[in-house]
Amino acid sequence: MKSHEIRRMKRLLIAAIVCLQFVVLLPSMEAHAFTDQVIQKGATGDDVVELQSRLQYIGFYHDTIDGVYGWGTYWSVKKYQDEFGLEADGLVGPKMKQMLEKSTEFDKAFVHRMLNEGRQFTHYGGMPLEDQKGPKPGTGQGPAPGKPAAPGKQQPGDEGRQQQGAPEQETPEAAPAPRDQPGAPEEETPAEPAPGDADIPAEEEVPEQDNEADIQKAINTPEGFTDNDIQIMAQAVYGEARGEPYTGQVAVAAVILNRIESPTFPNNPSGVIFEPRAFTAVADGQINLEPDETARRAVLDAINGQDPSGNAMYYFNPDTATSGWIWSRPQIKRIGKHIFCE
Amino acid sequence: MIRSIIIGVLAVGVIGTGYWGYLEHQEKNAILIQSENNYQRAFHELTYNLDHLHDELGSTLAMNSRERLSPSLTDVWRITSEAQNDLGQLPLALMPFSKTEEFLYKIGDFSYKNAIRDLEQEPLSEDEYESLKELYHQSGEIQNEMRKVQSMVLDDHLKWMDVEMALASQDGPGDNAIIDGFQVIDEKAGQFSEAYTGDEGNRRQQDEEIAKAVEDLDEIDKQEAVNIAGEFLEREGKLEADVEETGDGLAYKAYSLTIEDPEDGHYIYMDITKKGGKPVYLLEDRQVESSEVSLYDASEKAKKFLDKNGFENMQLVDSKQYDNVGVFKFAYLVEDIRVYTDAAVVEVALDNKDIIGYEGFSYIANHHDRKPMEAGLSEEEARESLNPALEVMEYHKAIIENELEEEVLCYEFFGVIDDDTYRIFINADNGREEKVEKMDRAEPVYNFS
Repeated sequence: MKSHEIRRMKRLLIAAIVCLQFVVLLPSMEAHAFTDQVIQKGATGDDVVELQSRLQYIGFYHDTIDGVYGWGTYWSVKKYQDEFGLEADGLVGPKMKQMLEKSTEFDKAFVHRMLNEGRQFTHYGGMPLEDQKGPKPGTGQGPAPGKPAAPGKQQPGDEGRQQQGAPEQETPEAAPAPRDQPGAPEEETPAEPAPGDADIPAEEEVPEQDNEADIQKAINTPEGFTDNDIQIMAQAVYGEARGEPYTGQVAVAAVILNRIESPTFPNNPSGVIFEPRAFTAVADGQINLEPDETARRAVLDAINGQDPSGNAMYYFNPDTATSGWIWSRPQIKRIGKHIFCE
Repeated sequence: MIRSIIIGVLAVGVIGTGYWGYLEHQEKNAILIQSENNYQRAFHELTYNLDHLHDELGSTLAMNSRERLSPSLTDVWRITSEAQNDLGQLPLALMPFSKTEEFLYKIGDFSYKNAIRDLEQEPLSEDEYESLKELYHQSGEIQNEMRKVQSMVLDDHLKWMDVEMALASQDGPGDNAIIDGFQVIDEKAGQFSEAYTGDEGNRRQQDEEIAKAVEDLDEIDKQEAVNIAGEFLEREGKLEADVEETGDGLAYKAYSLTIEDPEDGHYIYMDITKKGGKPVYLLEDRQVESSEVSLYDASEKAKKFLDKNGFENMQLVDSKQYDNVGVFKFAYLVEDIRVYTDAAVVEVALDNKDIIGYEGFSYIANHHDRKPMEAGLSEEEARESLNPALEVMEYHKAIIENELEEEVLCYEFFGVIDDDTYRIFINADNGREEKVEKMDRAEPVYNFS
């Protein structure tokens, strides 16, 4: 028992000394603390960034620091809770936050700058920060674009429309994919430098280590859909139903999804949307308009299970419908200008 | 002098305009030809694939041993998928041509199911063999009709662009050989569709299940529907609502309500079943601009909302934050078994904890008082069916609907292989893998401006 006590004191003392050092030597590294919310799986935002960074600092988390509490973070949190005798429920409450704050460092300014610049840097924790600045993507000096990425991990993203604090931008600019990182153990074993690392400018030296971390902003997307799928669908909804009541827009998105699920239509969003003559907005080019927030929200609602259309497969505008056949379908309901039918 | 200058300028203008018009015309024609070529290609590929399909089905029948059909059936499955792809590129959306698509889907379904099963252990039954013969026969008829249409197209140089125009025209498709041919094909395909029952889209069934679930309950009138909405939404006082009734296309009768929120003027939309007055969905049209509460608090609120409205024993099974909205999936819990068939989704605004969305389609369709099912296997025994590379992180008991649309009791394992999380349902009676899903990761944002 006693030795245990002493060890804990020692650890605290070391932590205190380390803290002091940082406070004295590096005024830029302010101690930062969580807000007092309970952090739950699925959450996004600054608290999640801090949670991931702090867990990474002590080697519980090896994945990308991306500000989204996803599965990887969930397992890390549960492992931590298990190890330190907390209830392993994946909820980060006051007790766990206190423990993390005591045992880890978090340089908010640094991590957030990395997030905003999209750099990668070597493992967070146990390295001087100066050496941790990875190459900046998009400067032409980063890792070679087109490096194979982990499956399902790096589809080209989009303009970060959903990110709080991310500047809005009209044209998506795909940056080269950040190096995918081996979920390596904690040892400091030197590794092969990745190809494309050779031409990194001198002041941004990347030490050869195989425990690298990415810091890369991310967003939640519904299971089975990428952000680009949502964007294509939002364009279709906007082209077809802008100015309609909100349920009318959700219903149009739901019709697209009902068709994807149906055996008699193509089985993916673009297949359904770009079927010749299926949607007037595609035929007259209105699908290329930039959708508004409402259309996007309507698509998300529909993907999350909402269906005001009553499982409709077709809808038409009775004032402009040219096909006589469409009138023969059993009608479900009328929303705004559209009649939805089986 | 001036006159001749003007005449000269005008003449140049006219000639210039004419030339410009000619160029424009050329360009338009080039684009039309290109579209036509795309249609022609899809159409001829479709005929080729249907030919091919018929032959391949024939060779499965000619095979001596029923155990070795798998490769051939796999090929059938591949060809149907290509034919479906070709169909999706033709401008047939405006005519009833769905029976042919359904026919292809069913051939695909049949061939896939029988190609993956171990025919050594479980050869085709008499009935299935009959089905296969029937498929062969039907695909032969369709192939014949398709060839007729094709030779017409080739002999008379018919254009798909004209089909498109005819279909889109005001007075319906007139006299168009391609359309007529395709209608014949669709009728033939329809005859088969009735003979063979594969699985239909399951959303349609859900409506019928809802209709069945509420059929014995008392009908409510419009005013009662508004009152139910008020209770459901926790809005005090008198609600102003537009109420409309759904049409015959829906299996169950429902009221559609449009309510102006007395508190902030946003519109709220709800559907409530006529029998039993059960709210099936709720949507509020509001763009949430900020996050004031945590996802956890919001999920507690969502849980309270369900409890208050008579959904008992619901457990949170998934939560996600999209911008400033929390989306929560709940499943009914019976003695620690998650009943995924009885699910409801609740959306909460993270600025003021208002409920801005709810849907309970599957809950209303499937929920009944269940007796907990007994598992034949223990959790350890079920684990033996898992891939040894999978590091199990969490497990539950769960009831899901399997591919045959039966409710089965499973062990739900969450596990990790190389940083990726998978969810695997192992049947609790026979250890079969009922479902394997890769859980999505968060999607990176590539914008560092």
